[in-house]
Amino acid sequence: MSEQSTKTGRQETAAPAIELIGISKAFGPVQANKDISMSVAKGAIHGIVGENGAGKSTLMSILYGFYKADAGEIFVNGVATQIPDSQAAIKAGIGMVHQHFMLVENFTVLENIILGVEDGALIKPSLAKARSVLLELAHEYELEVDPDEIVENLSVGHQQRVEILKALYRQADILILDEPTGVLTPTEAEHLFRILRNLRDQGKTIILITHKLKEIMNATDTVSVMRRGKMTATVKTAETSPPELAELMVGRKVLLQVDKSPPKLGETVLEVSDLRVRNEFGVERLKGISFNVRAGEILGIAGVAGNGQSELLEVLGGICTGTGSIKVHGDELDLTGNHSDGQSRRARGIAHVPEDRQRLGLIMDFMAWENACFGYHHDPKYQKNWLMMDNAAILADAAAKMENFDIRPPNPRLLAQNFSGGNQQKIVLAREIERNPEILLVGQPTRGVDIGAIEFIHKQIVALRDAGKAILLVSVELDEILSLTDRVAVMFDGNIQGERVTAETDEKELGLMMAGASEEAA
Amino acid sequence: MDKMPRWADVFLVPFINLVLAFLVAGLVVLAIGENPLHAIYFMVKGALGSTSGLGYTLYYATNYIFTGLAVAVAFHARLFNIGGEGQAAVAGLGAAIVLLAFDWPHWSLALPFAVLGAGVFGAAWAFIPAYLQAKRGSHIVITTIMFNFIGAALMGYLLNGILKSPHTQNAESLPFPAGAHLPTAHEVLAPLGIAFSKSAPLNISFLLAIACTVLVWFLLWRTRLGYEIRAFGHSESAAKYAGIPAVKITIITMLISGALAGMLSINVVMGEQEHLIKEFVGGAGFVGIAVALMGRSHPLGIVLAALLFGMLTQGGFELLWEMPTISREMVLVIQALIILFTGALNNLVHDPVERIFLRLRKRKS
Repeated sequence: MSEQSTKTGRQETAAPAIELIGISKAFGPVQANKDISMSVAKGAIHGIVGENGAGKSTLMSILYGFYKADAGEIFVNGVATQIPDSQAAIKAGIGMVHQHFMLVENFTVLENIILGVEDGALIKPSLAKARSVLLELAHEYELEVDPDEIVENLSVGHQQRVEILKALYRQADILILDEPTGVLTPTEAEHLFRILRNLRDQGKTIILITHKLKEIMNATDTVSVMRRGKMTATVKTAETSPPELAELMVGRKVLLQVDKSPPKLGETVLEVSDLRVRNEFGVERLKGISFNVRAGEILGIAGVAGNGQSELLEVLGGICTGTGSIKVHGDELDLTGNHSDGQSRRARGIAHVPEDRQRLGLIMDFMAWENACFGYHHDPKYQKNWLMMDNAAILADAAAKMENFDIRPPNPRLLAQNFSGGNQQKIVLAREIERNPEILLVGQPTRGVDIGAIEFIHKQIVALRDAGKAILLVSVELDEILSLTDRVAVMFDGNIQGERVTAETDEKELGLMMAGASEEAA
Repeated sequence: MDKMPRWADVFLVPFINLVLAFLVAGLVVLAIGENPLHAIYFMVKGALGSTSGLGYTLYYATNYIFTGLAVAVAFHARLFNIGGEGQAAVAGLGAAIVLLAFDWPHWSLALPFAVLGAGVFGAAWAFIPAYLQAKRGSHIVITTIMFNFIGAALMGYLLNGILKSPHTQNAESLPFPAGAHLPTAHEVLAPLGIAFSKSAPLNISFLLAIACTVLVWFLLWRTRLGYEIRAFGHSESAAKYAGIPAVKITIITMLISGALAGMLSINVVMGEQEHLIKEFVGGAGFVGIAVALMGRSHPLGIVLAALLFGMLTQGGFELLWEMPTISREMVLVIQALIILFTGALNNLVHDPVERIFLRLRKRKS
């Protein structure tokens, strides 16, 4: 934190890089930004934290010219600036690295860099110029990328570097990064932060949007907290702490650590061996993995998204087919899909909280009560007679679940799409956990879920473990894996790279395994 | 939350659509030098002004209820059944076979079997596209359209061949036995002292249409099959997660849809013509798509929309009669405008109305 003092010195002399005064923006009845004022010092890394829907992305989209603010002013380097579109933002020296990259996948790195800023009708001179600039930038900021590689062949971390280079090539002085680490391994994330610090030390200004408090503490100089469209606080990072930030984000005290006792292990419930899954194009996504889960334990599956975790959940949940063997209490499950589906898995006591609750776990156009029996709608307790469903019973059952899981608003007749992400997740969890399953498969239980709800969801999962059930938890959030699971297996490229007892490992070791380092090296 | 109230979506928007459609249609009438108010007067009078007109209106509405329900049931599973026309035509064959097979002593005995015959044939005609969609992924819109043509060709072939009545030059079957005659509105209402036009083709198939409406509502919102159909329609991926079998749902839904479309032949072939003729469906299969769209795929909405389209059809014929300058094509244009505004251009009205509601709500809060 030695740079901290030099930074503050610089701040006092220059006008802020960005100053927002009274920015407001509404979408229909939703006030996404309410009278937001903030100032970002030149040559600083300024973090913006907030829960989903707090208005961070809207604010940055206004700054980058995607949306027009209903009210308010923007000053760039002390000059009042209108930003009607992204061209104007680029002209003002603002560059943005989006959460989902905006790259042409089958172009080379160089072609992507010059796209839209070619110097003339012929691209050859532009490419040559870009090549030399790129070399310079790479050298200066540790941003090495092969300029002639096709973008789709690059790793996600390198693709992100191309996005940063694109912005720098357009002479951005102010760089906005929206949730940049969502797709990175911890090592890649660390490298990114190193790049960001380099950029800052060269006088660039960086705005980092994230929901991970650890990154804020780790990488930023100043942090602004948003809650429900309002800016609730701006503090020096050195003078705050994660619990304080969490409280500012949620509006009440939050327990960041999961309270749990050591596991009481029972017999092996789930046995997976040599499990293989091919996707619809015939590409092998699971390459013969084996593991066990015992009663009373949570096995975590860590890994960067897209390394086979989704396929693992789907084949266990009866959604896709595979080869190999899955045994529940010693009985072999059918993996061909000829004699099994989601129904037969449920009948075997396997409950599944899918990774993508909006695409798989819920019917968004159904009301909450219709969703509360989804997948279990064959259960006799939901039937009135051979022909009719017992809607009154389903409704009562849903109302009870909503109360038990504190789902808000507690109105079972509301469409699923009208609940917040956290409450949607709770609807799925309530449905699956209250079946009291033998095995619970959980994918990304807290993705897009507010901090307040995360605490509750973690407690429910631990309670099910303590009731002696076997739990398989897939998460890309290492913190979640580390705090919630008893054992952890790391997946990389369709294989299990290694297995550890959670208490005996750390982020660094898991991070190396996530990046594909072999077990011996890790 | 950020939506307008349901009543506005269900009643206000279609109403505004309708007014717009009539305004534009009025301009068209004005452009050929006629008074649009006269035109509307003749249409409404023609459709509702006499028991004869009313009888025709409800007769057409009966057809549209059947085809509208057929489209709606399929649409709840996100299957676009464009094949009502062909399914109804082939269902006519099923009804005719049943009705010609015996010398039926009474209509009440003949009707259930005719319904069964028509339903099975209509469903069978929907089965092939359904199977191809479920197992082979052939798009059901394409296959059902093609099956309309195949169905028409098949019926033409049979009516010119094996089914052709030897007593006439026309491509039509022998008349059905007298015992299979369905009571008309005139015959049903006369004993009650209500005088109803003798010439109107309205018959008790109308009650069958109402029964089908209730059954469709019951199926969709009270049974497990209906739950699965709706879940499958809203999200195929979630249905897979829940273990709802896609092949089974696709095929069963299309069978029900085809059978419903087939009920049209009970109204037309058994109720009115009393022998099988060529091209008796007369476009009602396609009108069913507009009816289902305007009725928001809800049985009650479909009945209301079918009544409207019944009025348009009957009123349109009356208009031809009363205003010689208005041609048959003109009437088609007016009907098409209504379909355009209520179906295809729905969002033209829907979105602004929704915005007004949201603004009002915001001001209140």
